[in-house]
Amino acid sequence: MITLGNYLAVSAILFTIGFAGVMLRRNLIVILMSLELMLNAGNLSLVAFSRFRVGVNGLPDYNAQVFVFFVITVAAAEVAVGLALLVALYRARQTAHVEDIRNLKF
Amino acid sequence: MNSFYPWLILLAPFASATVITLFTLRSKSLSSAISIAAVLVSFVFSCFIFAQSATAALEFVWIDITPVFRVPLGLTLDQLSRTMAVLVSGVGALIHIYSLGYMRDDEGKSRYFAALSLFMFAMLGIVFANNFVMLFIFWELVGFTSYVLIGHWFFRNAAADAANKAFITTRIGDFGFMTGILMIWATTGSVVFAEITPRMSMFGGHATFVAIVALLIFCGAVGKSAQFPLHVWLPDAMEGPTPVSALIHAATMVAAGVYMLVRVAFIIQASQTALLVVAWIGTTTAVMAALIATQQDDIKRILAYSTLSQLGYMVMAVGLASNNAAMFHLFTHAFFKALLFLAAGSVIVMLHHEQNIWKMGGLRRKLPVTFITFTVGALALIGCPPFSGFFSKDAILALAYERNMPIFAIALFTAFLTAFYVIRMLVIVFFGNPRSDNARQGRESPTVMTWPLVVLAILATLGGFGFFARNFLALPVENAVSAFVPGLAIIALILGGGLAFAVYRGRSTEAVNVELLRRKFYFDEFYSSLIYWTQELLASLSAFVDRWIIDAGVVGGASRGTWGIGALLRLIQVGNLQAYAFLFGLGVVALIYFAVIR
Repeated sequence: MITLGNYLAVSAILFTIGFAGVMLRRNLIVILMSLELMLNAGNLSLVAFSRFRVGVNGLPDYNAQVFVFFVITVAAAEVAVGLALLVALYRARQTAHVEDIRNLKF
Repeated sequence: MNSFYPWLILLAPFASATVITLFTLRSKSLSSAISIAAVLVSFVFSCFIFAQSATAALEFVWIDITPVFRVPLGLTLDQLSRTMAVLVSGVGALIHIYSLGYMRDDEGKSRYFAALSLFMFAMLGIVFANNFVMLFIFWELVGFTSYVLIGHWFFRNAAADAANKAFITTRIGDFGFMTGILMIWATTGSVVFAEITPRMSMFGGHATFVAIVALLIFCGAVGKSAQFPLHVWLPDAMEGPTPVSALIHAATMVAAGVYMLVRVAFIIQASQTALLVVAWIGTTTAVMAALIATQQDDIKRILAYSTLSQLGYMVMAVGLASNNAAMFHLFTHAFFKALLFLAAGSVIVMLHHEQNIWKMGGLRRKLPVTFITFTVGALALIGCPPFSGFFSKDAILALAYERNMPIFAIALFTAFLTAFYVIRMLVIVFFGNPRSDNARQGRESPTVMTWPLVVLAILATLGGFGFFARNFLALPVENAVSAFVPGLAIIALILGGGLAFAVYRGRSTEAVNVELLRRKFYFDEFYSSLIYWTQELLASLSAFVDRWIIDAGVVGGASRGTWGIGALLRLIQVGNLQAYAFLFGLGVVALIYFAVIR
């Protein structure tokens, strides 16, 4: 029997992998991918919550699932903008590595 | 209606000053005519109330917050104020007329006469005031007109500086005067003289307090009557036109201090300590000024120092608790000193504004009227019988003999010095040979200038005789000192005069040089350095506060504090995207911790 805890554990593992990717990887494209992973970890837990919260009529609570669609939409937009910025950055600097981009340092 | 006359005396010169300032500044002759008419109105009505012995004057209420503070606009009319009114307006009238000649071609003649009228208003105000508030207002007003008139020739730096010096120095005294007035008001709850007298018991026998109050009031007189140590302004005030020196800085305004002391004598006499201090300050002034006068070369400065010396005698008499003797000397002094100044003015103007006595000489043939009148004034000043100064100075000497021996000795020595410097001046100016071209070509002044001299000479001769003076003053009672004191005075006079005559006869340069006296005991230098060091000290103190507390502490502290916090905070600006993301993550964790778990 798969419980809510199992889903949440998978979600947490996904989130941690994503966070570690953001923290540790140098390549901006990979960081972007890791961000997506974190978003989807969130989505997974939302869907799991929805599935396990059954109302008096025997149906799951769909609010969370609607919320997931919003997240997917926003993530799509974010990827579009993020990749565009990445291309522009690559054209300006000929690099996609974070450690090369540190103009904000004092 | 009669009760309005005193107000008329007071307001006529004020109206004249107003009209001249507002309308007739352009027309010099009209301005002088208005001013002279006003002072004559004052003089005539002064004589009138004097003849009537009027005591009633209209009184208005100005400020009335009974019982806390009540200031009436009232006039005192007693023998003292009636005499002073006649004296002030009479001498004033003569000097107004004399000014017609002296200031004949002056550019600022209208301004001069306006100021002179304003001065008459203020001086008569002091004479008539029946309360401290009015007295103080008029007191400041004479100070102001004195400032304006000393600085009449303001384009000369010396005159402008002298005007400032006079105003600022008297201000120091006035500060004490005002404090004294406030203390009297705080204690007795009244500023009206007649109301304070019966309330003197409210001081309740605190001898020190009474002495402080009396001495603070005396401060006003020290400033205005140029007593030691605030005497330094009077000799410099001689930069003004000579009639002004005669009227303000010899006959009337400087005597206002003595008049005020006599008016409030009930406060001074309430404290023995105060009396002693007053007497000694008068004595010090008298002898110091006489010593300085022996070595001066400027005719007006010699006269100025003699004024100081004579004012010292008057203050000495006040300090010896004899108002009558003080007023008697004030009365005779006003005549002979005005006379001396006007005669000196006649000499000065005929020698094209030459004031150095060593550039004169032999003027007795060139200016006979001036010579005779000047001699009369000089003899009165040194107290030669039968001229007026003999009687009044003798009264003070006799008083000192009775009450305080050391003061008597110094006063007698001062009389000797007075004879010395006056005869010195007389010999150098009028005898011997002319010592400059101007002196050779001098000729007698116009009639408008000589007849005030003659009138004043007659008054200076008669002024001291009992039959004349008794009409005006309560004369001091002569005690049984008999011929002893007058005899000593005459011996001092002959010694001093004879010595001066022997030393200076026929000389054309200074015979004795005493640098200390020539430099006036270094008072000016001392005060300059005192002011310099005080200022320096204050300046370095405020520089310290500004530099170390304001600049370094407040301003610098704020700037350095901001800078330091900024330096700390910028350590976390590493510029690494992942570091920011990590911190952001930490922040989120912290938020969740606080929001959910706590």
